[in-house]
This record gives sequence, structure tokens and C-alpha cells, in this order.
Amino acid sequence: MFKSPLTGNLGESYAGGRSATAIRMAGYGAIVIRGSSETPIYLAVHGDKVYFRDASGIWGMRSSYTVGRIIRELEPGAGFRTIMRIGKAGEQLVSYACVITETYRHFGRLGLGAVFGSKKLKALVISGKHSIKVPDSRVYREVYDKIFDLAIKSPLMKKYHDLGTAYNVTPLNELKALPSLNLKQTSLEEAVNISGETLAENYLGRRVACIHCPVACIHLASLREPYEREPYFYKTTMVSYDYEPLYALGSMLGVTNTIGWLKLMDEVEVQGLDAISVGVVLAWATEAYEKGLITDRETMDIKLKWGDYNAYIEAVRRIVAQPNEFYASLARGVEYAASKYGWLDFALSFGGNEMPGYHTGLATYITYLTGSRHSHLDSAGYSLDEKNIKAGRRQAPNEMAEALFKEESWRQILSSLVVCLFARGIYTSSTVIESLKAAGFSSKFELTEESLARVGVEILKYKYMFKIREGFNYKNLRIPKRILETPTPLGLLNEEEIRETINIFFKFLR
Amino acid sequence: MVYRLAVIDVERCVGCELCMFACSRRFGEGGLAKSAIAVRSIGGVERGFIVIVCRACSDPPCAKVCIVNALMIRKGGGVVLNQYKCIGCGRCIDACPVKAVFWNSEINKPNICVHCGYCAKYCPHEVLKLEKVV
Repeated sequence: MFKSPLTGNLGESYAGGRSATAIRMAGYGAIVIRGSSETPIYLAVHGDKVYFRDASGIWGMRSSYTVGRIIRELEPGAGFRTIMRIGKAGEQLVSYACVITETYRHFGRLGLGAVFGSKKLKALVISGKHSIKVPDSRVYREVYDKIFDLAIKSPLMKKYHDLGTAYNVTPLNELKALPSLNLKQTSLEEAVNISGETLAENYLGRRVACIHCPVACIHLASLREPYEREPYFYKTTMVSYDYEPLYALGSMLGVTNTIGWLKLMDEVEVQGLDAISVGVVLAWATEAYEKGLITDRETMDIKLKWGDYNAYIEAVRRIVAQPNEFYASLARGVEYAASKYGWLDFALSFGGNEMPGYHTGLATYITYLTGSRHSHLDSAGYSLDEKNIKAGRRQAPNEMAEALFKEESWRQILSSLVVCLFARGIYTSSTVIESLKAAGFSSKFELTEESLARVGVEILKYKYMFKIREGFNYKNLRIPKRILETPTPLGLLNEEEIRETINIFFKFLR
Repeated sequence: MVYRLAVIDVERCVGCELCMFACSRRFGEGGLAKSAIAVRSIGGVERGFIVIVCRACSDPPCAKVCIVNALMIRKGGGVVLNQYKCIGCGRCIDACPVKAVFWNSEINKPNICVHCGYCAKYCPHEVLKLEKVV
């Protein structure tokens, strides 16, 4: 949790990898970082020991990969530690800089990287090997086995093990719900080139799992590039790919050249940026440039053009370096840039956060607008839309608002327990209660389905109390015109219906 | 019948570490304090993983350096730890060339694999297998 430099409001971000387990194994429930350092440092927490290490020698390093490699050699705990680090984007305080963990997972959204940067905190390493005592070993093993079986047999296991989240590109493109070219379109003919199938068949080099998860949804593409001047000399880079970056740096920018997409993705990793935000920012800039609203003077002669990944790679570098006012504005997010240069109508952010990759219908936008983080994962409206599409119905606003409120409330419990949201089907409230009892929490908390549901609502209300304190007012939520002009699979959206559903949603929060 | 834990295809390892957690769970607890198996990357997860398990040596170097005879030769290879004899000197760790002697810092004694195969049951990717030793 943090205050987001992107939205100026509630910041909250989750990542895969090993961070959550490492914190627990080091013997903690949470780590709080207060204040800031005068000189660059990194923190190492090994069990009950905390070390403040000088990071001035790795500050300003070009690639976030290198930072990871260096710290990996310096610190103990290989195999069970987490190394959270920032790239140059975080140092340069780009409002949507991310924190990278275990090289290929990210605290991506809302600018945690800039928060680290502002503290001069280059990295946070955590390791430990504690034991965790349980009240009844037999019960603990039984509950464990039950969850293990559910995970192994779940259909998600196959889907996300085989193709990873990139699986979603093809169905969303076919559904005409894949935001493309700054949402001027909802599908691309060449989307197949950036689909999970194409990537798995031609580029998949390795699958990796987050700690303690059998699924291994992390997919790494192997990009083999020849050196131009030297025959038979190649470099091979491993690039992690997932649905959201395929949307934001792919369909949204018209980058459907597979190798081009991989190169652009790699640069975003090198710099340490949130792929979703930077993709949406560049999509706005491209459309503004296309319309002549911004010119070569602003872009410093970079010709932003749909599909031109080389131009985008250079633009990404400049967003981080901020050589002029225009790039410095892009570094503060699309809401800021469009407020300054105009053309908010096609600046696709909600509550100040750049839009995720679903133009599925009304529910997904209600999620972006009402979600406490303005993230698609707050209440998964896209999933509700997909159900409505299958059922061929338009859901009434009150029914939709209630369903999304219930979902976001329940997700407070899952997120507090650091349950991966892919596993939400496994962690039903009865399984959660069973697990908490097995872990010895029954004497500390009232564990019933009702009490969990109530706590979920309470957490959500606390988050909104913070948001309101920091100036949030749902009546001021901006709805970009573009989303009303491009049809969803459930037809055109209208602003009245969106406002009505938002109003109902916020009644539940009172 | 005597068994030995073997890594049959390390290329299939995804680094989920379910085996490490299984090993400590065998003792009826969570966490990693008692694990006698380790997984780590080969200098970055993009290069794959190393899975470190006891090889069940027929002439185990760890036993040779134990000054209190706490490590007894196991039938079929490897050693059995007598915790009561062990004084926690840690010489066995240095003696093992594959670094398969792990340390429980909560009790200051080594974690020695007993080749029970509990971890292999939780490996969903066919990396580990309990093999018969003649």
C-alpha cells in the first residue's frame, strides 16, 4: 500500500514471484518503509536482521536486469529470497514506474517504483527460512492436500500452464473486445502474431512458477537476434509475456510484429515501467500526433506511427529521460499529458489510471471507475461482461452494481491473504475458512462466511475513506468519450447508464 | 525395498518449490526450516533451475567428517542423522560436494534427506522421482 504518484490517491499493487512468502518466511506479516534516504541505498532483510546497504554504485544503471544480477551475487538466500528493485524509470520518478521482483514479475500499477525512487531505495531484498507451527498437523496436511488437488485438477492449471495469460488475446480479438489503436478499434487482423498460440509455438523458451504454485503461468519468450555486422553471432534474450502487455504494447499501438513487440517489451523491462500505462500513454500520443495536435517539435522528431516499434522504443527511453516538457508530461500519465495538451476525449484513463485491456461492455468500465485502485482486478467487470455476452443479455444497472460491489468486497479478503486472483475459484469462502482454521487462526478471529463478508466490506470502506480524504469524489469521475464511440460486444455504451450504475455502486459504500 | 530420491529431468522444473514446502510439512509444520531439498535458479530464472537433493552416496563424505558419529550409513546409500549425538558443528555441510546438507538454524542441526519421496508426490512437473535402489 502506498500513495500513488499517478493518481495522487490510494496506491495498492500486487505481484507474483516470491515476495509474500519471503516476508512470511523471514518472520514478518508486513514490512513498513517510512521516510527516505539522502543517498541511494538498498535494504536487505534476512530473518531478524536488517541491513542498510549503499546503492550509490548501482544508481543510474541503464538496465534493471543488471541491477538484479548484481544484487543476486551480493546477497544470500538464493532460491527463497525476493529481490524487489526499480529501474531508471523509478529513479526518474516516472509516475507509473514499477517495482520488478524475481526479474519477470511486477508491482506494476500505480507507480510504486516512483515511491521507491523518491525514497532513494533501489531495492529491497528479503529472505528467511522460518518454520510455521500449526495447531494440528494432520488437519493442516489434509487441508493442504485438498487445495493442492483442486489446483492441479483445475482447468485454469492447463490453460495458464500451456499458454499463460497470453491465451486471452485470441478470444478477446474474436469477441471484438481487444482495445486496439487507442480504442479506435476492438480487433486487429494481425492480432494472431501476438497471440498466446503464436508465441508458444515459435518463441516460448521457459515456463516459471511463482513460489508455492504448481501452475507456472509465467511464460518467457526466447528472442534470438543476429548481430548486424558479425555473421553467426547472436544474442538471446528472455522476455516475459502476458496478456496485459500484449494488449498495451501490442494491439493498442498496432505493434503486431512479434519480434518488434518482444523488443519493445524488453525495453519497457529495462527501464522498469508499468507496461499498461506506458502503452496507453503512447497510444494517446500517437493519435494526437496522427491528428497533428502534437508535432515533431514536441516529440523531438520521433515519428509516432501505429506499429512502428522502433519509434516506440525510442519514445519509451525519452519518457524516462524526460529531455523536454512533452516527455516529462507523458511521464506523469495520460491524464496529466492530455489535460495539458488537450484531447482528453481519447485519453484512456479512469480515476487517473490508464485503462486495462478489456472493452467488453458496461461492467468492465464500472470496475475501472469504481474500483478502489481503478484496476480491472478490483471487481473484474470484464468477467461479468463475458458472462453477460454468453447469456446474450444486458444486465440491469442495480444488479450489476451489486454484483461488482460484492466481488470487490470479497477480493479484499483474498488480497489480504495474498491469494493469487487466478486461484479465486479454488479459494471459496469455505476453503478460506478451513485454511485459516488449519493455520491456527480460529481462536483469534470469528471465522464464518458472514464475518468474512463483513470484514471484506469494512476493508473496502476504509480504502474509500482514505480515497475521499485525499480528494476522491465519484461525481467527478471522467468518462473519456472514446469508450462511448466504439461499440462493445454488448453494443454502444451511454454515459447516462454508466453514471447511474456508478451512483448505485456508491450507495452500497455508505 | 530401499529407495533413493532422484532428479529425473531438471529441465522440467518451473521453480515452484512445492517440494521444499512438502519436505517441512512432512514434520507437520509449515515453512522451510526443516527442508532437506532446495531449488534455486542458475543465476536468474531465465536460465532454469538447480534442484539440490542428497545423492545417497554409497561412501558419503558427510559421514566421514562427523566427529561424533551422528551420521550413520544408510542401507542403499546416504546417511541417517542421530539428532541426539549431533553437536551442530556443521562440518557435514562443508563436506558435501553437491551442497545437499541443509541447516535448520532454529535448532542448529543439519537437515538430512531420508529419501522418503514425500516431496516427489507434490512435484506436478515430473522432476523428482523415488527410485528403487536394487
